[in-house]
Amino acid sequence: MKGRAGWLFLLPWIVGFLAFTAGPMVFSLWLSLHHYDMLKPPQYIGLDNYREALTDERVGTALGNTLFFTALHVPAQVVLALALAGLLRRAGRAAGFFRTVVYLPVMTPPVALAALFLLLLNGQHGAINAFLGWFGFTGPNWTTDPVWIKPGLVVMSLWTVGSTAVLYLAALTRVPLERYEAARLDGASAWRQFWHITLPGISGTVYFTVVVNTIASLQVFTEAYTMFFGARGQQSGEGDAALFYVIHLFREAFESLRMGYASALAWGLFVVIALVTAVQVRLSRRYVHYEGEQG
Amino acid sequence: MKRVAVWSGLLVVAVAFGYPFWWLVSASLKDRPHVFDNALLPSPFTPGNYVEVWRAVPLLTWTFNSVAVGVAAALAATAGSAVVAFGFAMFRFRGRDLLFGVVLATMMLPGAVTMVPVYLEWHALGLATTQVPLWAQNLFGSAFYIFLLRQFFLALPREVFDAARVDGASAWRLFTSMAVPLARPGLIVVFVFELKAAWTDLVKPLIYLRDPALYTLPRGLKTVLDRFGEGGEAQWELVLAASTVATVPMVALFLVAQRYFVRGTVTQHVE
Repeated sequence: MKGRAGWLFLLPWIVGFLAFTAGPMVFSLWLSLHHYDMLKPPQYIGLDNYREALTDERVGTALGNTLFFTALHVPAQVVLALALAGLLRRAGRAAGFFRTVVYLPVMTPPVALAALFLLLLNGQHGAINAFLGWFGFTGPNWTTDPVWIKPGLVVMSLWTVGSTAVLYLAALTRVPLERYEAARLDGASAWRQFWHITLPGISGTVYFTVVVNTIASLQVFTEAYTMFFGARGQQSGEGDAALFYVIHLFREAFESLRMGYASALAWGLFVVIALVTAVQVRLSRRYVHYEGEQG
Repeated sequence: MKRVAVWSGLLVVAVAFGYPFWWLVSASLKDRPHVFDNALLPSPFTPGNYVEVWRAVPLLTWTFNSVAVGVAAALAATAGSAVVAFGFAMFRFRGRDLLFGVVLATMMLPGAVTMVPVYLEWHALGLATTQVPLWAQNLFGSAFYIFLLRQFFLALPREVFDAARVDGASAWRLFTSMAVPLARPGLIVVFVFELKAAWTDLVKPLIYLRDPALYTLPRGLKTVLDRFGEGGEAQWELVLAASTVATVPMVALFLVAQRYFVRGTVTQHVE
């Protein structure tokens, strides 16, 4: 079909894009050059917000926490999801059941998840340390020791690895079985088969999940905010170890009502995410193979 | 031997992913001194926690709000995205592919960038402390759902549409009476996906809702945690009962609509 009717169907999106994406971006850029507390009209202050962000110690802490969490969380997520997908693939008729078990945590509201893991990760009585105790390990104080708060959050995040695992499972079923047969005839070990057939076969999916997970991870908010901020956040010392970038941004905007400064912080995050993604795109050119791209 | 390894692996998976659920429900039925005892079955069995948390906070109101906001958000997302996706799938005109590229590009845009300005927009409209911002934006379609539904519409047989077009059916009629019924599985995917997203979201309720009577369950749950959790009255059994109430409907929805969730997850992979 041709013609103007098509544009009419796109109209909702165009309006929404202008009102909720493009417009806000321009507005945010303008706002970042102003001081605005919602009480007095915005006051132009040039690049002061950006200057402040660069010297704000808490921005440094928040950015460091966020990058550290991402560097831990994304690889852990990928490795565990791959292992799970491999296992689910061999589950035969029980695969549906195990897929359900693995996916259910994804359905849990993050706030409920955070409340639950606050208890499971408890240093004294938590089930996770009790489990470690069976093997003679004394588990750390995951929720109070600043050194262990981020690893604890990573452990918690692994519980929702199911959505990535389901994606890998779908990708695995698209790798042609003949390749494995040929490799087995050549006497290739399981490890070599994984490295030379499986991984290249699903590298497009792995790359996609790494990029998407990284972008999400750099904006991590809900679980850490639920566990360490809010009503009790102000009084607790461990808050700084869980101060992630978007939490800092959120508090500057909606608790301190520094809308201009928060906008500058948002653009800082935008630049960080764009840089990290650009690096990943460059690396992908070397390692990602798409089906049908080469012989 | 290999089978033994696979099945022991699967057993570990079942326990590791299933146990926290079991713990949540079980501990929500324990009395206060036993919350941390890690016993599989609650003893003494204390269903009264649910009554107590119900008395302490308006759990039923929050559940109702979550259902209302969730259904509104899901309906809006499905309707809005379907209209736009139909436009992209069925019409050919200059600039279409460029525009579709913009749609895909917005998927990569960090949500944090528009958080503050969009809040100020709703504030200017006088709606910043209502539930409207929690669902109304979905009416304009969102990138991932547009992409997903476009795939569904592209898979429909073109000849049927062309024939109906020649017979004089309007584009809107083709959309409502042919495309929508045929693409029903796709619409269900979008509906359940957005229902889940709205049901579980904390960020928007945290930004927009001030009045506890308007809270959704996650927002209410955060209040419960602040009041009865660490630094508060340390009545964890109430926190856990409220958490269970927020979790169970989503688990039930997943068990009913499982294949739609998995399909939605898998289509996330932009091929």
